[in-house]
Amino acid sequence: MIQDFGWSSVQFLIMGLTWTVGLSAMTFVLGGFFGLFLAMGRALGPNWLKLVIAGYIQIVQATPLLIIVFLCFYGLSFLGLHFPPFAAAAISLAVYATAYLADIWRGCIEAIPKTQWEAADALALSRIQRLRYVILPQALRIALGPTVGFMVQIVKNTSVTALIGFVELTRAGQLLNNMTFQPFHVFLTVAAMYFALCYPLSWWSEKLKERKSGVSAH
Amino acid sequence: MASLRIEDLWKSYGAVQVLKGVSLSVGEGDVVAVIGRSGSGKSTMLRCINGLEQFQKGRIEVAGHMLDGSHSGLRELRKEVGMVFQSYNLFPHLNVAENIKLAPRVVKGVGKAECDEIVVQVLARVGLSDKAYAYPDELSGGQQQRVAIARSLAMQPKVMLFDEVTSALDPELTGEVLLTIAELAKAGMTMVLVTHEMGFARRVATHTVFMNEGKIWEEGPSEELFANPRTPELANFIAPDLK
Repeated sequence: MIQDFGWSSVQFLIMGLTWTVGLSAMTFVLGGFFGLFLAMGRALGPNWLKLVIAGYIQIVQATPLLIIVFLCFYGLSFLGLHFPPFAAAAISLAVYATAYLADIWRGCIEAIPKTQWEAADALALSRIQRLRYVILPQALRIALGPTVGFMVQIVKNTSVTALIGFVELTRAGQLLNNMTFQPFHVFLTVAAMYFALCYPLSWWSEKLKERKSGVSAH
Repeated sequence: MASLRIEDLWKSYGAVQVLKGVSLSVGEGDVVAVIGRSGSGKSTMLRCINGLEQFQKGRIEVAGHMLDGSHSGLRELRKEVGMVFQSYNLFPHLNVAENIKLAPRVVKGVGKAECDEIVVQVLARVGLSDKAYAYPDELSGGQQQRVAIARSLAMQPKVMLFDEVTSALDPELTGEVLLTIAELAKAGMTMVLVTHEMGFARRVATHTVFMNEGKIWEEGPSEELFANPRTPELANFIAPDLK
């Protein structure tokens, strides 16, 4: 059944867009949660833990995201763990985001000078208090720009989950193209929607980075 | 009664022996200046006193707390031993008042109203009452260092350690920090200062200790030590300053 690209097509794409946004948000929340623990373990933990986390980060960063998605969807179902596409997509993207966010944040924690630890130490703050009141707030400030920048990567990379049949924006575009045979209309609209989502994030990320360098140049 | 007693302190970094049997006694209300060349071990000794450095052998007793090189009981000790650093080390994400309040609030659990009172008090002592809401990067180096002193004072320490606190400052800013320290000395604070300011050591410190090659080479009442150095090393060290 062939239909023309029209308002109903755009509505269909907007539905895909909301799934892209939802998956991105979920990825960011899960990746952020686990990434924070891994970042702290990588920066401050005992040596064996640092090694384990570094290994995880290396492996995930060296694997194409699509392979992680396939492993979660097809691989785990082979082991008897059947996930619906949305769950498999969320799990694999979380695995991916965890590794990258852990690496970004580790760098931010390590960027805080040792003298800040010492000053907090000399004031009798406990290890947890030093992290909570002195190190993490400063690391967070440095981390904001690159973290928002990475959110752009997350949004764009949710598109690979189209390949396991999860109907986010890209998959919605594919489906629509099959119905309308108007690829330029469809995919330019899809691209415009990604742009509308990513550009504000990029812009915000740059703003945050500028503010940071503005302060340090003071 | 001694506020600080160091007995036979030995410390090495790998194969490098930095402290070779340092013993020192500081009475309550004493102001002790520690002078000596770079690498003579004076900063290392100071950092051992509040446990920022661990040591291999010896004993340190400070403000009634015993240190044997391990980590136990360090927090209790640090509540009563303040330290001021060469590079100020203020927390850049907190304003002056928050820098000062942080430790009393989270370490000692002091209430909000009392914390605010402490801020007013200690800022008055370092002459920066109008800077409570400034951020560290809005202050000059000298002002930042005075805030660092105020932050340390907020814990009401029994002993204060100063690690070359004017070395990073331009000469015209050094004076205001030294003046602040001199005021504390007058008020009876027990202090150990590692310093390169010979004139200041002579005027303000009750005792001066000259360190050389990881040992206490010579010590005594400041005036006497500077006027009549007994060892050629000390005489050489202070000679250019007295010309």
